[in-house]
Amino acid sequence: MFRYTKKTLAIEIIVLIAVAIMLLPFWILLVGSFKTLPDILSSAAVAPPTSPTFDNFVQLLSPASASSGNIWAGLLSSVIITTGSILLLVALGSVAAYGIARSTSKWSRRSFYLFLVAIILPTQLGTLPLYIGARTVGLVGNPWGMIIIYTGMLLPLSVFLYANFFRNLTPEYEEAAVIDGANRYQVFSKVVFPLMSPATGTVAILAGLIVWNDFFTSLIFLNGTSWQTLPVVMYSYVGSLVSQWNLIFAVVIVSMIPILAFYAFAQKKFIQGYAGGLKG
Amino acid sequence: MTTKTQTQTPVAAPRRAPRVKPYRVKLGSWWWALPALVLMLIVIYATTVAGGFFAFTNWSGLGPFDFVGLQNFVKIFQTPELIGSLWNTLFLAFGFLVFTNILGLLFALALNRSLKSRYVLRTLVFMPVVVSPIAVSYIWKFIFDYNGPLNQAMVAVGLPKQNWLASPTLAIWCVLIVMVWQNIGFVMVIYLAGLATVPIEMEEAAALDGASTFRRFRYVVLPMIQPSVAIATTLTLIQGLRVFDQVVALTGGGPAGATQTLALEVYQTAFTYQQFGFGAALALILSLLILVFSLAQQYATRDRSLKEA
Repeated sequence: MFRYTKKTLAIEIIVLIAVAIMLLPFWILLVGSFKTLPDILSSAAVAPPTSPTFDNFVQLLSPASASSGNIWAGLLSSVIITTGSILLLVALGSVAAYGIARSTSKWSRRSFYLFLVAIILPTQLGTLPLYIGARTVGLVGNPWGMIIIYTGMLLPLSVFLYANFFRNLTPEYEEAAVIDGANRYQVFSKVVFPLMSPATGTVAILAGLIVWNDFFTSLIFLNGTSWQTLPVVMYSYVGSLVSQWNLIFAVVIVSMIPILAFYAFAQKKFIQGYAGGLKG
Repeated sequence: MTTKTQTQTPVAAPRRAPRVKPYRVKLGSWWWALPALVLMLIVIYATTVAGGFFAFTNWSGLGPFDFVGLQNFVKIFQTPELIGSLWNTLFLAFGFLVFTNILGLLFALALNRSLKSRYVLRTLVFMPVVVSPIAVSYIWKFIFDYNGPLNQAMVAVGLPKQNWLASPTLAIWCVLIVMVWQNIGFVMVIYLAGLATVPIEMEEAAALDGASTFRRFRYVVLPMIQPSVAIATTLTLIQGLRVFDQVVALTGGGPAGATQTLALEVYQTAFTYQQFGFGAALALILSLLILVFSLAQQYATRDRSLKEA
């Protein structure tokens, strides 16, 4: 009924142009990062560099330059904090959601509601006391504190995603394992854990993106320390670079590469995760 | 849902047969949730309650403090600069909601099924979503620069150059553009998920009955993607009210407070000016705004079809 007509072709061309225009900023970023400072200020922004140069990246990342220490430290800090948060979220979130999903007690329902309400609750109000509390117990300015804080903040999302998954998962495999003599801890680690990888993927992508790109929390808790994450490093570095766009673009590109590499590798899962995961 | 099942119970319901319990093994207990529950209660609930408490004090963040009653709130509403931030926040939030949803829906409709390049294009439109707002803002800061690409384009078509980010009227639109640009793909994906639930047969039937493209969308597709509309508008509204990163990176709240938002005020008051109590009062207002608007939004976009049925 709906066939590919001339009209469809016209729409296809229009949409292609629209997407091309929409992605122009990425193109400007890419070509700009290979331009010299005079070149980037004088040439057309969309034009490729007249004499492409790696100097911006060299100046940014080579061990000799002043900035490179911060950039590499920021990268390391971001990797540690994001990985740690994902691991803790998967460990705590899956066990909690499994307990809730496979139990019929009223306490399981009540705790689930607590997690649900926490998803809706605005986090703004809690951030200031959280900072004071974390400062008091020494969790400010180090990655372990950040991992715990991010985990606490994102647990509702993770429990919600896992609980939905477990409710749609038939308990037959688990029951079969029990009949075969496994206790429930073995059931969880040997049967459930391998089965839940789709939900784990969604949790890892959604939580990982939030933590990796987060600026607000990490600015408050890590600004000025040696554990600043990449967005904060970028923020303070750009602040010192008054209009040296070639260098700014190099920082921006370096900060984007890890996440865009992940995206290129698993774009389907990213999009599914967003479409399905955020429906709550 | 529950009411529905109740009303469907037959009038002469036979006495319920004693339910034969299937063989059921105990697989998990609710207390497995305890570690997660405790951590969440501390990090989210306790801190939120504490924030509400400090909103009524004059605490600086260190040392002793006094209760000041509603004084913080009175001061907020007597400070024109803060009222300005409130309006800026609302402007950005609603502008973000409207433009992101319209553009996201248009892309979703365009990339739903007929185009050959739809899968590639979806991936590309979604790409800005995964990178950090700070990074995105720096690209756009260059685009809006006085000697940047946007003014190059303006000159090329014979228009005067503008001081985009330094203009009190234009700067807030620049922030809005960056927010919208980055989230079109996000909203598109939500609408695509909704559109996937519309059976093609229904659209075909409407088309055979002579419905125009617009009427097919308005009377067949739109009612069916109502849940997606509710989710997308609520999420964009919340995200818009919380805007922080883009403002910090693009304008820092300037020029002369023209792009100040509540989230930025909270941060500056509490951490730059060390007025924790006052910052908490601002955060309380922001949180209430988010809560009230998202509940109102849920109500406005609720699924009316259930009620009519």
